[in-house]
Amino acid sequence: MSNINLKINNIPVSAPEGSTILEAARAAGIKIPTLCYLKEINEIGACRMCVVEVKGARNLVAACVHPIAEGMEVLTNTDKLIKSRKRTLELLLSNHDKKCLSCVRSGNCELQALCLEYGVEDEDYFKGEEQHFELDTSAPHMVRDNNKCILCRRCSAVCEKVQTVSVIGPNNRGFQTEIGCAFDMGLGETACVNCGQCIAACPTGALYEKDFTDDVLAAINDPEKYVVVQTAPAVRAALGEEFGMPMGTDVEGKMAAALRRIGFDKVFDTNFSADLTIMEEANELIERIQGGGVLPMITSCSPGWIKYCEHYYPDQLEHLSSCKSPQQMFGAVTKTYFAQKFGIDPKTIVCVSVMPCTAKKFEIKRDDQDAAGVPDVDISITTRELARLIKKCGIDFTALPDEGFDDPLGESTGAGVIFGATGGVMEAALRTAVETITGEELKDLDFVDVRGTAGIKEAKYTVGGLDVKVAVASGLNNAKVLMDKVRAGEADYQFIEIMCCEGGCVNGGGQPRVHADVRNFEDVKALRAKALYDNDAKKQYRKSHDNPSIKELYENYLGKPGSEKAHHILHTTYVKRSIN
Amino acid sequence: MKIYRSHVLVCGGTGCTSSGSKQIQEELAKNLKKYGLEDEVQIVQTGCFGLCAIGPIVVVYPEGSYYSHVKPEDVEEIVSEHLLKGRIVTRLLADERVGDEVKPLEEVDFYKKQKRVALRNCGVINPENIDEYIAMDGYTALNKVLTEMTPEDVIDIIKRSGLRGRGGGGFPTGLKWDFAHKAVGDKKYVCCNADEGDPGAFMDRSVLEGDPHSVIEAMAIAAYAIGADEGYIYVRAEYPIAVDRLKIAIAQAEEYGLLGEDILGTGFNFKLSIRLGAGAFVCGEETALMTSIEGNRGEPRPRPPFPANKGLFQKPTILNNVETYANITSIINNGPEWFASMGTERSKGTKVFALGGKIQNTGLVEIPMGTTLREIVEEIGGGVPSGKKFKAAQTGGPSGGCIPAEHLDVPIDYDNLIEIGSMMGSGGLIVMDEDTCMVDIAKFFLEFTVDESCGKCTPCRVGTRRMLEILTKITKGQATMADLDKLEELCEHLKSNSLCALGQTAPNPVISTLRYFRDEYIAHIVDKKCPAGVCKDLLQYKIDPAKCKGCTLCSKVCPAGAITGTVKEPHKIDPEKCLKCGACMEKCKFGAIYKE
Repeated sequence: MSNINLKINNIPVSAPEGSTILEAARAAGIKIPTLCYLKEINEIGACRMCVVEVKGARNLVAACVHPIAEGMEVLTNTDKLIKSRKRTLELLLSNHDKKCLSCVRSGNCELQALCLEYGVEDEDYFKGEEQHFELDTSAPHMVRDNNKCILCRRCSAVCEKVQTVSVIGPNNRGFQTEIGCAFDMGLGETACVNCGQCIAACPTGALYEKDFTDDVLAAINDPEKYVVVQTAPAVRAALGEEFGMPMGTDVEGKMAAALRRIGFDKVFDTNFSADLTIMEEANELIERIQGGGVLPMITSCSPGWIKYCEHYYPDQLEHLSSCKSPQQMFGAVTKTYFAQKFGIDPKTIVCVSVMPCTAKKFEIKRDDQDAAGVPDVDISITTRELARLIKKCGIDFTALPDEGFDDPLGESTGAGVIFGATGGVMEAALRTAVETITGEELKDLDFVDVRGTAGIKEAKYTVGGLDVKVAVASGLNNAKVLMDKVRAGEADYQFIEIMCCEGGCVNGGGQPRVHADVRNFEDVKALRAKALYDNDAKKQYRKSHDNPSIKELYENYLGKPGSEKAHHILHTTYVKRSIN
Repeated sequence: MKIYRSHVLVCGGTGCTSSGSKQIQEELAKNLKKYGLEDEVQIVQTGCFGLCAIGPIVVVYPEGSYYSHVKPEDVEEIVSEHLLKGRIVTRLLADERVGDEVKPLEEVDFYKKQKRVALRNCGVINPENIDEYIAMDGYTALNKVLTEMTPEDVIDIIKRSGLRGRGGGGFPTGLKWDFAHKAVGDKKYVCCNADEGDPGAFMDRSVLEGDPHSVIEAMAIAAYAIGADEGYIYVRAEYPIAVDRLKIAIAQAEEYGLLGEDILGTGFNFKLSIRLGAGAFVCGEETALMTSIEGNRGEPRPRPPFPANKGLFQKPTILNNVETYANITSIINNGPEWFASMGTERSKGTKVFALGGKIQNTGLVEIPMGTTLREIVEEIGGGVPSGKKFKAAQTGGPSGGCIPAEHLDVPIDYDNLIEIGSMMGSGGLIVMDEDTCMVDIAKFFLEFTVDESCGKCTPCRVGTRRMLEILTKITKGQATMADLDKLEELCEHLKSNSLCALGQTAPNPVISTLRYFRDEYIAHIVDKKCPAGVCKDLLQYKIDPAKCKGCTLCSKVCPAGAITGTVKEPHKIDPEKCLKCGACMEKCKFGAIYKE
């Protein structure tokens, strides 16, 4: 593709053909503010924050969608533009619930940041009638507060285009426009999969997770309770961002230290149960391949994916692995094996999980997730909530020493940590399955074909004379492509890994919010995933079946993978759901 | 073909249909039978004659007697007197000044200055009969194009004709076709914008009701020119008669091999479908219209990409308005020079206007470009009724502006109208007299845009609402000059920042009334007065004690019990209770009640 030459603010700029003014400007180090724009997801030119002057154009044009042309002359920072943007912000504020001090996004709000940048000195400049909406609290994982919505449509675009779920969208029109569900249903009544990608996309405080940090503190402060915490692999790759650390910093050690200072009785790691999942899942796969079971088998770690499958592919549920997710396996083992081993009444244990995910809040309430007769996991909080908890508890995160996890449910391998990135479960499973099938030690543990942030990845391996074809998808739009093939009988894979969110859990709906002007230009998924792969590379053990604590668990308690006891504690069932 | 000695044309347009033309047709059929004339006289249901104000209209040929306000009970007289005995029923003639003699239509004031190109068949043929259209040279242009011309030839002719889009923007049609012709695509579309939405405008409806084949034929020609094989007519569902006639016309054209596969044996294919709009004004914006056809919420999308490159379903597409298409076949048949001989330097041909408001002849007129507003209002329109003074004319609907009396002699064309702060728009023309408050008018149009804003972009979604709020404050006498500054600031902001033409032009009614009638705004704000006596909050009804005879009539009609007084003594209005409905003033026989 050839390059186009233009002038931006009188500076000659060259950018590839097909670039937008925004991209060309960015490449030349010129920042143009955006609000509704999400690269490749929401390119609708609606908010009008990115307006620029183009010589010869009748009106101002939206830089986010306007393609560059040879000889074009663009101005991005004239007084007219600066005033236009300020007026647009003032118009937005005139129909915005301006309770900024008590807003979950205070200090991290894209609208607030722009108001500061453009010098909005009177939030009531265009004061007039305001819309008033009831909060939608019907969903298990989140709250929708349309009073703070600025109708940028980033949420509905993500829901429709990335997740192909489309349960939210604009209702009514003009000043009455509001984002909502069809027929004004509550989000909880729809086929929402709880992925939280809408929250991650929202520039303001209109969408946020249901916060359970107070429940966690209450449990910790209850002397009758034994409070155990587990942290998902992807949390350590992103938590640091909440404390100003560079994206992709692995804060595993500081996180463990912080949790200990918050007051948890045991600081454990979901990486441990990720290893456990591999033991069960690899075994299930081998059983299915050797025993003529339903193939391809599809992973079941991601609760958003599971709910999606239940709603949209209820006829394909037999493809799902019966393994509980690592979060649930962790809870189940804690309240059975751990409780028994340490003589604790499982009813007094509060199992808290820290997840990059909002769908986990739904998962803990699913049926058939109660190995000890009580829920496997009691409270699930997101990475964002953990950051809030750390701040609330007055912990100076960046100054913390690196500490380790507690035994025995804190020990993990590199296979467990890469669960947080797309392809990680597949790679971890392959490391174990290949050695189990061949009985030989793998020379190279890196299955690079299934790494990377591509939406769909395929690979083929010959294992002990057996051809194994695998596929990995992340993001439900990509899952849909594979599932349509599965449904049509055209998927000749043995094993498929599906993660609900693009890039896997590192990019989950519970992760720290990334402003669009960062997200649009940096590969957040790749940066965070790198932290996990680096972590894996440094590990003493890199295969789940090498985890000493896992070995001990099987030897002393479960027997072997797929045993009756393992099934009772570590496996679950699914339900057919309809689309609302 | 059967020969009839007389033809009775009954208008079947929406206006006349709603005033009872269906019953008139039924009565006619009944009476023709009764008098044994059914084999001698043919009833023809036609499209709109244009003079909707005096409908239902019945025209009897060969005499050309133009009967107006015809009621079902008049029908027997027309049959027994005119059709049986040859005696014209003069009492029903539209223009009684002609007495017993029937003036040819083209000599009647209303038609004299008109030039019917787009409306050529409206009120002439039965739109539900393709044979009548063919008899008026219908489909000869398509035949000519398919058998004698290359697509480039067609585009060249349209370019040379100087035809510009009649939907409002005035973009050169030939150029638009040329862009789509040159665009590379495995599939292309031709669309017709029949989502007419300006308040008071109904020319597209009349064309579709009166001459649907002219649009269908033109779309087929356009498809050939750009290399498309599929088209959509996007028509509002509120136009049921137009939709029905389109359906009939498409079915007939398909039956005749004029639509579908291998048209006229030339190998050219063109499939045409109808899509109904759900009544959103914004769907008249081209990208919103296409988004709606695609099955999505009707909202505009940013341009570029332009529809000629990425339009419907992301394929190269042309979209023209009904009236634009209605000109095409005449241009092909009569040549581009003929078309270009009409009009002004940069606006060729004719334009249809829907005349409304304070004017004698409300209805549909088609005039050559360059006709002055004065000719339209005073000669064709018959002037302002009740001896009132002309104040302004509004063109371009909610995107347009008001033209004051000082510009009555400006020749109407695209560029002149923009020059004087209005725009051609789709052709609504609303006349306002001295009793019209210009702030109130601006508010009326803003109410419309507030209702019709799609809500996608910030300036239009919130800005139109804020503008309306300020206008409302002004009409209530609650605004300050600072509010006026803010209003003007919003006008400028919406104009340059909105995503689509709806928002960009939404301030026009305010901008143009401020330009010509700023003093009225000031009067509302500073003096707390509405000079036209329209804004209720700024006026008081009062009784002149010198004129009041104490007849008590006013106090009896007052719905609020605001008027008190003793019999034969001057009465008084309690301003606290008065609703300002004006009922008392209307009833007072002595002219004792006045507004101030």
